[in-house]
This record gives sequence, structure tokens and C-alpha cells, in this order.
Amino acid sequence: MSLIKYESFVREPLVDGDKNYHQVTEDIVYTIEAKPTRLWYIGFWISVALLLFGVFSLYREVTYGTGQWNLGKTIGWGWDITNFVWWVGIGHAGTLISAILLLFRQGWRTGVNRAAEAMTIFAVICAGQFPIWHMGRVWMAFFVMPYPNSRGPLWPNFNSPLLWDVFAISTYFTVSLLFWYSGLLPDLATVRDRAKTKLRKLLYGIASFGWSGSTKHWQRHESLSLVLAGLSTPLVLSVHTIVSFDFATSVVPGWHTTIFPPYFVAGAVFSGFAMVQTLMLIVRKVMNLQDYITLGHIEAMNKVIVLTGSIVGCAYLTELFIAWYGANQYEYDIFFKYRIAGAYGWSYWLMMTCNVISPQLFWFKKLRRNIGFTFFMSVIVNVGMWFERFVIIVSSLYRDYLPSSWSLYYRPTIYEIGFYMGTFGLFFTCFFLFAKYFPVIAIAEIKSVLKTTGESYKAKMADLENLSVEEFYAKTHHDDHH
Amino acid sequence: MTIKKFVVGSFDDEAVLFPAVKKVRKAGYKIHDIYTPFPVHGLDGAMGLRDTSLHTAGFIYGLTGLTTALSFISWVLTRDWIQNYGGKPHFSLPAWIPIMFELTVLFSAVGMVLTFCYLCQLAPFVKKHHFHLRATDDLFVMVIECTSKTNVQEAEAFLTAAGAQEVNVQLAETGWWLGRYDMEKKLFENKTETVTA
Repeated sequence: MSLIKYESFVREPLVDGDKNYHQVTEDIVYTIEAKPTRLWYIGFWISVALLLFGVFSLYREVTYGTGQWNLGKTIGWGWDITNFVWWVGIGHAGTLISAILLLFRQGWRTGVNRAAEAMTIFAVICAGQFPIWHMGRVWMAFFVMPYPNSRGPLWPNFNSPLLWDVFAISTYFTVSLLFWYSGLLPDLATVRDRAKTKLRKLLYGIASFGWSGSTKHWQRHESLSLVLAGLSTPLVLSVHTIVSFDFATSVVPGWHTTIFPPYFVAGAVFSGFAMVQTLMLIVRKVMNLQDYITLGHIEAMNKVIVLTGSIVGCAYLTELFIAWYGANQYEYDIFFKYRIAGAYGWSYWLMMTCNVISPQLFWFKKLRRNIGFTFFMSVIVNVGMWFERFVIIVSSLYRDYLPSSWSLYYRPTIYEIGFYMGTFGLFFTCFFLFAKYFPVIAIAEIKSVLKTTGESYKAKMADLENLSVEEFYAKTHHDDHH
Repeated sequence: MTIKKFVVGSFDDEAVLFPAVKKVRKAGYKIHDIYTPFPVHGLDGAMGLRDTSLHTAGFIYGLTGLTTALSFISWVLTRDWIQNYGGKPHFSLPAWIPIMFELTVLFSAVGMVLTFCYLCQLAPFVKKHHFHLRATDDLFVMVIECTSKTNVQEAEAFLTAAGAQEVNVQLAETGWWLGRYDMEKKLFENKTETVTA
């Protein structure tokens, strides 16, 4: 154990300002202990109102049937499945940040992982709503579970991608929840031990499971986090792969392509990081956490956005090329007559502009570190990613093999839109509650990197930079391994 | 449930804590535990704790999930209710890989978290004695267990000399009990035996 923790000056500090451990606790727990601001109340009640509108839309759908939506003869999947894929995609960033970046030892994940994981969980909850309510007779939704039943027992079809989805999404939700909550335990204990009011002591006492901070417990906690990260990494890749199988295993032109799995995963990470940016930029401002979510963090995420955006762009071009090169008339027509042109041509070009062209601006360092521009881009990317799913689903479905069943223009009803708005309400209601009642930044993790990456601690390492190798070794390893 | 006597020393810097741990162990004191606000790397080794085998448990749970998925699906599709899906083989392993993978992960994750909670005795309404409330904030709290041979004053002086900012003696319950953090009262009282120094 070397006592002087050294990290090169080439790396930006992850925690700005002159902090000690106690100051970190104060900064992050402050918002839990303070009264909610006016802005919080306004945001919260707008979200609740949206949620209630969603509930009303679902009430209409359940009572009168899926006829409340404008799904037609060939467009059997419309806004609902578009929204499903969109939300699942957004739900990828949290686990990517906390799991994959943990395995890659990326220190900057500590500032954003907690909120990103929470966002993941809420996004997956929203995503799950769409296939469930799309079933129509939602009271029979449990039929998808493989349980011994009085119908034979007739089991679900284990060879079907739609059933794989059931397993993938529910596993992903469970594992993300466990990962998130086990990471929260020590921080909830921090809030508990500082609590002044009876109610806070009671609630955070229950929520923190009696966490004490014992060294043995930390050792197990570290092992648990690492293995959960190792499990979540292939899991997060599997989820969107399986979602893409819903399309790729079909025989619909524009859907049955082998590049779908990596293409969907890249798109998911792309839109997920954009949503993290949208939320984090608001959180750091409103909750005064600029020292923990620094410009360096924002830039790092923008780099992921430009990378994944380029992969998505590559996939779009590959699709177009193969549609021509593959010489399949139906595939060719879908891409060249009904996607880049035709009634839905506008949505294709909107998608191209938002997802492929505009993120390329992030090659400029000035723009990557510009907060206003980043916020604008984060919204643009998610608009683009919504249209990507819309294009894939609707433009492949509105022209099918039988010209007599070709649809007219598909326009969603108010209840279809209401359902989508309702999930926004659900998502933001959950996020507002999370931001108010939970530590939005992983306190313990920040403390464990503070002395290597904190701004003031890095400043103290300045003279180490100028030492020779021998001197440096002697200075940093004087108490090493016995 | 046992109440024991402990000498508690709180350190505010992990750089002071490490040499202190070494000195305390060398002097023959029995370290009950060290409570820290974050995982201090190498501290478990310095205390002489053995490595955890939680990951091995996770591996076994994962294998259980994999076996469950494979045996269940193959039983359903080749024995219990055979169906013809597009003329494909009944035992169509490639199509089962997604669910087999998901159940591997699910069993492993759920099993590991439950094992973790069991080993660390963590659950809602579990209450423990916390030697210092700032152990979850900014202090590293070293707790030395007093045996019949321990000289309490000497141990206190030793910890102060080793760099502890705050030293005191506490009589404490070693296990956990059902309780609420807003109430001092325990939900049920057990007979306790006291080991005096």
C-alpha cells in the first residue's frame, strides 16, 4: 500500500475545489436534508400531471380496446413499439457507465454512475409498459410467464424472440435494480447517520439495511460490485441484441438484417448517453454539483456520443448499400422508395440529420465542453433516435407484400400520444423523487477516488512530476508490501 | 447476543490508519473490526482478513441458472408438449441460448446479492451498534475487542500514540437485532450475557 497516491497531471481532476471527506458528504447529502426548491415542485407536479394523462389514456385503451390507437392492417406496431425500443435504448447508458466503465477502470464514472443507473431503471420501467399494454387484454399479461397452467399445460414459445424479450427485459431490470441498490446501501447509511429528524432516521434506517461500513463487508461489497459489473456487461449487450431480434428474425424487408444487433446496441448507448447528459446538466446546475460533474465528465460522455453516433451512421450506410448490393427487390424498394423517399421520407432525413450529421460537431473540443450546446445536442440525439425506431417500424410496415393491404398515412391518436407522454411523466416523477430523496452521486465512490483525482490533492503532487524515476519510486513506495 | 467491551479509536486519515493497524496487531491486540466510510484498498489484507469467496458462490448460482434453463426448456419442448415450429428440430439449442444466458445472469446476480446480505447480516429493520456515527462520513473507526487480559487504559494510550484522534471505551452488542433507528428501544429483548474485562 503506497501512501502517496499519484495520478498524472495529464488527467483532469474528477473532483474540483478543495474538498475533504466530510465536505463531500455535505455537498451531496445537502439536497436530501434541505427543503425542496420551487423549481423541484414545479417539475414534479408537471411530471405527475403527465403521468395522470398517461393513466387516463391507458384507461381508454383498456376499456375500449386497442382500437383507441390508430394501428391498422399492416401497421400493427406503431408508436407503442417505437416508444418501447426508444425507452429500452435509453435504459442502456446506466449499466454501461456503471458496469463497462468499471471494468475498464474509468475513474470518471463515479460522478455520474448513480444517477445514470437510476435513470436506467426508470427507463426500463417505462419501456416495459408498451409491450404489456399493447397486448390489449392486459389482464392476461401473465400468460407470457412459463407457469404450470390449466391449458395443457401450454408453455410459451421458447424459440420466439418476443419471449426472449420477456426474459431479457425482466432480467435486465432485476439485475440493474440489485446493482443500483447494493451500491446505494453505504450512502443511505451515510444519510441515516447524519439524520436529525425522527422520520429520516426511521426511513433511512430501514433503507440502509443496518450497513455499518465494516472492512469485511466492504471487501464483500467490492467483490459483489465487480462480479455484478462483469455480469451486467454481457447482459446490457444482450438486451438490445434481443430487442433487435424482434425485428431481425422476421421476414419483413428492412428488418431481417444481420447487422441489427450491434447496430441497435450502438444506438442504445448513443441515446442513453444523450439522456444522461440531459439529466446531468440539469442536476448539476439545480443541485449545485458542478464540482462533481465537471466539464471533464461532460466531455467524456460527448466523446462516447460521437463514437456511437458514428457507428450508427455506419450502420445506416451499410443498410443502404446492402439493400442495393443484395439485389432483393423488396429490400431495395423499402429503402430507396419508402424510406429515403415516399410518404415517410421526412422522418428518414430527420433521423439522418439528428443522429449522423449533427453529432459529428462533437469532434470539436470547444463544442464538447460547451454546456448549452451539449444540452441542445442531447435533446436532438434523442429526437433522432426516436425517429430511427419510427422509421424502422413504420416505413417497413406501411407497404407489405400485398398492395391491396397497403396503408394510408399513419397518424397516432391522442391516446397513443397520451400513453407516450404518460411514460415521460412516470420517468420524471421517479427521477424527481430520486433526486430529492437519494444521494444522486455515489458518495463512497467519490471519497475513494478523492485523494488521487481531487483538484487540490493533485495540486500537491506537482513536485512529484519533476522527480527522476528512482526518486519517484522511493517517494511513493516507501511503505510498500511487507 | 453478547455484550462485550471495546476500545474504539477514530482516525481521520487512512495514511495514519495503515501503520496504526500494523502496530496494533504487532502489540497483540485483537482488532474486532475497522469501520470506514468507503472501501480502503489493502485494509483487509493489512488486518489479515482472508479473501472473500462470494464470487465463487456467484459462479455456482450462475451454473444453476444455466442448468435450470436448459433442462426446463428441453423438457418442455422435447417431452412435455412437443410442437412443430416451422419444421425445426424439437431440440433447437441455438434458439434457447438467449434465455439460458438471461437465467444464468439472473440466478447469479440474485443469488449473490442474497448471499451478500446474509453474510453481512443486512436487511430492512436490522439494527446494529455503530461505534461512531461519523464512520459513514469521514472517520476510520478501529475497534479493539477487550479480552480478560487487556489493560483498557494501556490500549487507549496505545491507540492515541498510534494517531487516533478520538479514543473511548464502549460496551456494545456484537450482533444485530430487529429495531428501528429512530428508537433506542429494541423490538424484542433477549437475555444477554456480559463478558467483563
